[in-house]
Amino acid sequence: MTELSKTGAAVGEPTTAAAPTAFLEVRDLKVHFPTDDGLVKSVDGLSFQLEKGKTLGIVGESGSGKSVTSLGIMGLHTAGQYGKRKAQISGEIWLNGTELLSAPADQVRRMRGREMAMIFQDPLSALHPYYTIGQQIVEAYRIHHDVDKKTAKRRAVEMLDRVGIPQPDKRVDSYPHEFSGGMRQRAMIAMSLVNNPELLIADEPTTALDVTVQAQILDLIRDLQKEFGSAVIVITHDLGVVAELADDLLVMYGGRCVERGPAEKVFYEPRHPYTWGLLGSMPRLDREQQERLVPVKGSPPSLINLPSGCAFNPRCPYADIPKDDVTRTVRPELTEVGSRHWAACHMSQEQRERIWTEEIAPKL
Amino acid sequence: MLTYLIRRLFAAAVMLVVIMVVVFSIFFLVPKWVGVDIATSFVGKQADPAAVEAVRTKLGLGEPIYVQVWEFFKGIFAGRTYAAGGDVTHCSAPCFGYSFRSEQAIWPVLTDRFPVTLGLALGAALLWLVFGVAAGVLSALKRGTLWDRGAMVVALGGVSLPIYFTGLLSLAIFSYGLGWIDGQYVPLEESFSGWLGGMILPWVTLAFLYAAMYARITRATMLEILGEDYIRTARAKGLREQVVIGKHAMRSTMTPILTMLGMDLGALIGGAILTETTFSLPGLGQAVLNAIKTQDLPIILGVTLITSLAVLLANLVVDVLYAVIDPRVRLA
Repeated sequence: MTELSKTGAAVGEPTTAAAPTAFLEVRDLKVHFPTDDGLVKSVDGLSFQLEKGKTLGIVGESGSGKSVTSLGIMGLHTAGQYGKRKAQISGEIWLNGTELLSAPADQVRRMRGREMAMIFQDPLSALHPYYTIGQQIVEAYRIHHDVDKKTAKRRAVEMLDRVGIPQPDKRVDSYPHEFSGGMRQRAMIAMSLVNNPELLIADEPTTALDVTVQAQILDLIRDLQKEFGSAVIVITHDLGVVAELADDLLVMYGGRCVERGPAEKVFYEPRHPYTWGLLGSMPRLDREQQERLVPVKGSPPSLINLPSGCAFNPRCPYADIPKDDVTRTVRPELTEVGSRHWAACHMSQEQRERIWTEEIAPKL
Repeated sequence: MLTYLIRRLFAAAVMLVVIMVVVFSIFFLVPKWVGVDIATSFVGKQADPAAVEAVRTKLGLGEPIYVQVWEFFKGIFAGRTYAAGGDVTHCSAPCFGYSFRSEQAIWPVLTDRFPVTLGLALGAALLWLVFGVAAGVLSALKRGTLWDRGAMVVALGGVSLPIYFTGLLSLAIFSYGLGWIDGQYVPLEESFSGWLGGMILPWVTLAFLYAAMYARITRATMLEILGEDYIRTARAKGLREQVVIGKHAMRSTMTPILTMLGMDLGALIGGAILTETTFSLPGLGQAVLNAIKTQDLPIILGVTLITSLAVLLANLVVDVLYAVIDPRVRLA
């Protein structure tokens, strides 16, 4: 991740300059879905940047807008949208100098799979049950490469071998249901990487897998990233996953970014009460056993009617610290709390530092 | 794949035998239980007891049921000789017996009428598949639009309006009113254009009913499939939307449609009673309706067996197609 512009612009406030310097730059992305109950603001003003060769972890609970963001980058909210109700997307997504939201749909389609690829959460449902693994990889390759089936199949076998599937020349003709969960995810990764994409989005890549396989898949993603030099976005609700992979972390809550910074900063000097909550609810083996994990109290906010002020205020134990009830009336903007580290909270820097070092950190 | 096929074939053969035994028992055993004498119903209530007795002996109705079933099956494959004293009738294979009313052999009746019904069923199936599935897919893709609603209202009409209404209406308009179509059934061997002319209204009427059902099923299935993760994956690869729909989504959508097609086609081949009656088509349906009215048991039995065989065959074909479409089925 490069340094943000020298003026120190916060990540929540997109710079007005048109030409982005970063490989991937998302500016003020909003994805809203009209429903009978009202407008669901799944992502509501999200900005971040990502350089090639780096990994960004996006964390947050269900419904915080993680997956919607990734599908938005891939252009999958507008592709294949039928009927009257369409997702409303605004903002800018710059990938390698192309603004995706204003680009013609067919241009974005041709970039999908080739310049940006995606690994999905559940490889069993994400692979077509009626086609062999090989057929699906071959198809992915031949969309973007004018080669005959034989060449494409050789490429598929090569990719399966690369992601560690034994006997790839035989397994290439297997169907997804004949693979184990971990194998399927490897095949999915092989399919995503078959065109050497520069941006790889992994949406909860290990959620459907058991723990030992999780570690293997994460290692694989890291190795492949080194090999191909792609930019990677890992979306997860599991901080353990991003702790292994990510250079930078972006914590989402209610469709917005509440904290963002280098991974070690967010882990060891978090400056947002929601991040504290996430850390507190994470089981850890490297510390002495706590009596109980501490969940973040309450439930995720309604995306139709976000709480006014800070969206986290109904669940925040420190909501009453800032004066004049400001947490319930004014939405906090991201402010710089350290080098390349931003958080959106009304409490003063000193208050947060004190709470973290005195109350939160000792209990983790 | 081959073992799957063999297993299916074997299952179908066993099923066929079971169906035959059950059907035969229903027709020849149940009347006995409820006190109806088949011999009397054959000869007539006022008949001379000696004549009734002769018929009983000739048809073997006095024999135990298993002998009767055996004789009946033997007749189908090897022919059968009915004898009562000096009165001997030989019925060559395949022998389904004789009509109680016209005393014609059943098999020629079946073979005469079968092509009519088969032509009706296949022609209509082609129409409803093409239009029903196309309308369903379009509705799914244009969900919530005027097109979708319009198509679904028409489909609801198609499902709810009975054949004898739409059939008579179409006859009234196109045959009697506008005089475009003669509406008389002409066998295919005599004149192709005449056959087409006679079949077009029955096809359209029958297809309308089924197309409506197929459109609704296709629409619902397609909508469900479009929400599947693997469709999203297909798009994420950068596939054109036409390929995503036409290849990835369509293949999954075909599964339930095939299931329905197998059952519907099988049932129709056994006789589209309403359509055939409405349009005076000399098919199996019409034959069985007349037979029911006159309690002509052997005809009913014969048509029922043909229907069962047709349903069985259609399902066998569907099962095989299933395995071709869905690799997971081959394991089951």
